[in-house]
Parts: sequence; C-alpha cells; structure tokens
Amino acid sequence: MDFFIQLFSDPVGFYQSHELLIAQIGINSLLAISIFVTLFSGQLTLANVGFMAVGAYTTVILSLHASTPLAFNIALGALLAGALGVVVGLPVLRLRGVFLAIATLGFGEALRFGVILNLPITGQGQGLKNPDADPLGGVVPILVALALVAYLVWRLAGSKLGQAWAAIREDELAASSQGINVPLYKMAAFVVGALIAGLAGGLESHINFFVDPTEYGTTRAIQVLTFAVVGGISNVLGPILGATILTSLPEVVRQAADYRDVINGVILILIIVFRPQGVLGGGGLALIRPRWWPRQWTLTRARTPADA
Amino acid sequence: MAQQLLNAIFIGSIYALFAVGYTLVFGILDVLNLAHSAVFMLGAVITYSLVVIHAQPFFVAAAGGILASAVLGLVVEYAALRPLRRRQAPQISALISTIGLALIFVSIVEQSKPGSPFAWLWRDGANSVRFPADRVPNATYHVAGLTLESSKVAILVISILLMLSLGYVMRYTQVGRALRAVAENPRAARLLGIQVDRIFALTLALSSALGGLAGILFGVALSDVSPYIGRDQVELKGLAVIVLGGMGSIPGAVLGGYALGLIEAIAFIRFGSNVEAGVAFLALFLMLVVRPQGLFGARLRERL
Repeated sequence: MDFFIQLFSDPVGFYQSHELLIAQIGINSLLAISIFVTLFSGQLTLANVGFMAVGAYTTVILSLHASTPLAFNIALGALLAGALGVVVGLPVLRLRGVFLAIATLGFGEALRFGVILNLPITGQGQGLKNPDADPLGGVVPILVALALVAYLVWRLAGSKLGQAWAAIREDELAASSQGINVPLYKMAAFVVGALIAGLAGGLESHINFFVDPTEYGTTRAIQVLTFAVVGGISNVLGPILGATILTSLPEVVRQAADYRDVINGVILILIIVFRPQGVLGGGGLALIRPRWWPRQWTLTRARTPADA
Repeated sequence: MAQQLLNAIFIGSIYALFAVGYTLVFGILDVLNLAHSAVFMLGAVITYSLVVIHAQPFFVAAAGGILASAVLGLVVEYAALRPLRRRQAPQISALISTIGLALIFVSIVEQSKPGSPFAWLWRDGANSVRFPADRVPNATYHVAGLTLESSKVAILVISILLMLSLGYVMRYTQVGRALRAVAENPRAARLLGIQVDRIFALTLALSSALGGLAGILFGVALSDVSPYIGRDQVELKGLAVIVLGGMGSIPGAVLGGYALGLIEAIAFIRFGSNVEAGVAFLALFLMLVVRPQGLFGARLRERL
C-alpha cells in the first residue's frame, strides 16, 4: 500500500526511490511493444529476446572496443537486430501458429548457445562487464525512447500498414485475395519488432554493469509474451500497461515477492480464460457459460492475442 | 567413445519418453502442452520427497510419483485446457495458459524451504539434490570396458517396453482406436459416440504419467533433481525431438529422441560441450525451416 500512497502523495520522492524499477518498466514496455507488433499482425513469434541480446551485445562490445558515442552504439545495435530479423524472417515466416512460435524460440536459444557462448568477443558464458554503465542516467533515455516508440507504433497501427496487419491477423487468405502482399507485411512486422527489441537491449545494457547471456533465454521470452497478453493487444497501450503491472507487482506486494511467479502464472491463466482480450481490450468478461445460464447474457467470442 | 554412444542411448531414451507424452497431447488435442516439462520435474521432485522426506521405499515412491504426475495431467486439462476449449479459443491460447501453469508449478517448488507451506513437498529451494545412494538400487557393472549402471539399463528397458506397449494400445485396442479417431477429427468422433472430453482427459493423464516417469528416471540416472530440470534440460529439447520426428507422431518422437541423443553425443565428441548445448536448438530451427513436417509427419494439413 505504501507504494501507492507514495506514488500519489510524493511523486518526486517516488521517482527518486524507484528509478531502477521505472527503468525496468520502460525496458519491459519496449519489449512488450516489440512482441505486440508481431501479435498485431497475427503471428506469435518469440525471437524478441534474441534480438534484444543482439542489441545489448553490440552496444557493449562497441563501447568496449570503439570510441563511438553511446547513441550511435545503441542505434547500430538496433539496426543489426533489424537486419538479423530480415535474415531469420525469410525462412521462418513461412511457418504459422505453434510452428512459428517453436521455430522462433529455437532461434533464440540457438543464438544464445550456438553463437554467444562460442564467440570469444562476447565473453562466452562469463558474460561481458560494461564499465561505462550508468544505471541512473539511463532512465530518462529509456523513457524518451519508450514514448517515441509508443507514439510511432500507435501511428503505424493506424496507418495503411497497420490496416494490412490487422487484415492478415483476421484472415490471411482473405487479405491476400484483396491484393495485400502477405509475406511482405509479415516481414515488416517481424523486422519492426526486431528493431524495437534491439533498441530495448541496447538501452538495458546501459543501465546494467554486466551483460549476462542467461538473461536472454526462454524464460524471458515467455515473460515478454505475458506482458502483452495480460495488457491486451488491441492497441499499443495494452502491452505497456501489462509490462507496468507485472514488473511493479513484486514491489507492490512485498510480502508475496517470493511467490511472484505463482502470481504471474495465476494472472496469466485467469486472463487467458476469462479475459482473452487483455486488461485493456474492449468488451466484458469471456464467461464460460454454465449450462443453466441464459445464452444471451454472456459475451462468448472475444479477441485474443494471435488469433490466427 | 563407445561409452559416449552408450550414454547417448540412455539420455536418448529419456528424451524419447518425455517427447512421447508431449507429442501425444499435440497429436490428439492439437495443443502444445508447455506444462509438460513442469510435470516431468514434479515427477522427480515428488518421488524424491517420498523417499527422503516421507521415508518410503524407492519403488513405492516412484509409483506415487507416476500417479501424482497423472493427476497433475488432469489438473492441466481441467484448469488450463478445458475452459478454453469450451470457448473455442484458438490453439495459441492453450499454449499460453499451459505456460501459466508451468510458471506456477516451477515457482512453488523453487520457493519451498523448510517452514514454507510446501515444505512437505520440497525443502531445497532452487538447489539441486541427488537421491541418497543407499536408498536407490543402482548397481554398477563393468562389461567389456564399459561402465553400466543398472539405473541406466533400466531406463533403456523401461522406455522400450513402455513405448512398445503404447504402440500396441494405440493400434489394437478399443481405447487406442478412440484416441486415434479423436486425433483425426474430434467432431466426427463425437458423432460416433466417443466421449471426446474423456479421451482428452485420458490423454493428458497418460502423457503426464509418461512425462513424470521420464523425470524420475532422469533424476535417478543423472543424479540431478531440482526445480529447473524440466525447464532447462528437456523442455526445448523435447520440442526439438518432436519437431525432428514430426509433431504428433509417436514413432517419430521415439526415433527423434534417440536421434537427438546421438547428435548431442557426436557434437560433444567433435566440438566440445559448448556446441553440445546448442545443437538441439540448431537442429530444431533447421528442421522447421527445411522440413517442418518432420521425418514422419506426413499428416500436416493446412497448418503450414
């Protein structure tokens, strides 16, 4: 409860005492937006954390071995992640549904175990120290980046591109028969997601003194998906809200911090069963109608993430 | 070298046993049950706690572990799958709800310490423990320069027997016919008088019992029981196995399991342990890109 009291009675003090939490919320929101973009086009991909690793490692390796400015390093990391997105997307995006999810999960782990743990420049299993890290100075850039990305994705979702994504999500066959170049638009969503994830990785590497390969595994990939599912994917505010709720949860309920994954799991199941459109999606609860409950009193069919 | 290959076959048996359960659920319910690895872990954890905390003989404990795993399979069905099916939610929703259940299972075990609400189940938090050597029958034989532990031989025998009998049940019994009918077309099966929901529950119980048994064998043979054995050791490797063999195909999962064991052994001998850890994911990724239906999965309608 103190958490909320301080939030409203003393916002400046709240900001100062929770700066790292706020930074983490920002990073997680960016990641949630990156998975939102692909979910919005009807595809469940779990490669975002891999792209995040590309952004993080690029940023830290550049700041260790080259004297380029930080903003340049982060931008280059994001661009590299986007470029890798094109390379990975070409073969992978032919897959659908569960197969796409598995392939992208496999890509993330193959990147981690196959590349990061074997290249000398990444510090392999030991990870990389980042002496230039600036945990507190990183907060403002993260929030600025989040605002910028959220605005751009918001506009993108309303643009012609966004309409094409929505059409593909609703019915791929119908979309292609309307002359929408489905592979191209799917690729666009995948690459935009990769760019955002790479950016998040670069920004995060700047607030941590250490880049740890175990951070970029399946657990995190699934956590990111959870943010988007809980928040809802009808618009870009959903993933941000989901990331905010779930990231600050352990701070809010300190007593239950140990059991935060239990709480996360319960929330996830309750949301997917009773409110598949997420917290922010429109409509009511998707009640599962008991046999004696009049049919017309319930809303049954509701929008779900990756309703492919 | 020969010892490495022998170990590959042992670990391959565990992969196969784990993946058969995975693929059974995918073939019949068309759902990827990501809580399967958590059930694998709980099978080992429950058996361990029966042996160590509750001082039961090993074989009683193992039977308890398998039974408990089957019950957990029913939990997965009733909590995470059935409500979604009644709403006719898309496939992906079930994947997400089983992830939620896996999160809950793993973190309950990981947070259990002496004095916590689940101390009757597990007391070692996130640590890895091993079965006490004097409580688990595990003789070691030396044959022709190879070291054979009876637990590993038992794994091989148990896995092969179980997989053969599963094949027999699927092919020649009334239950097996019902299972295959539901896999083919649930609606038509329902019209033919098969109680589809019961078949689904049975599938989950059967698959989870196999997964739990695989967990017990893993825990005994590799001397490693921890909250993370499912998530870190077999979850994605199991996916690689069923993708290699073809999603939904039981013989595919068996052969895929042994194939992955061999691929890993070869990678380890040729390139060392860093490559060994990644080769499963590489195989998974390449297989999906080149031949998504897997080695045995001819049955891929409009999923791709």
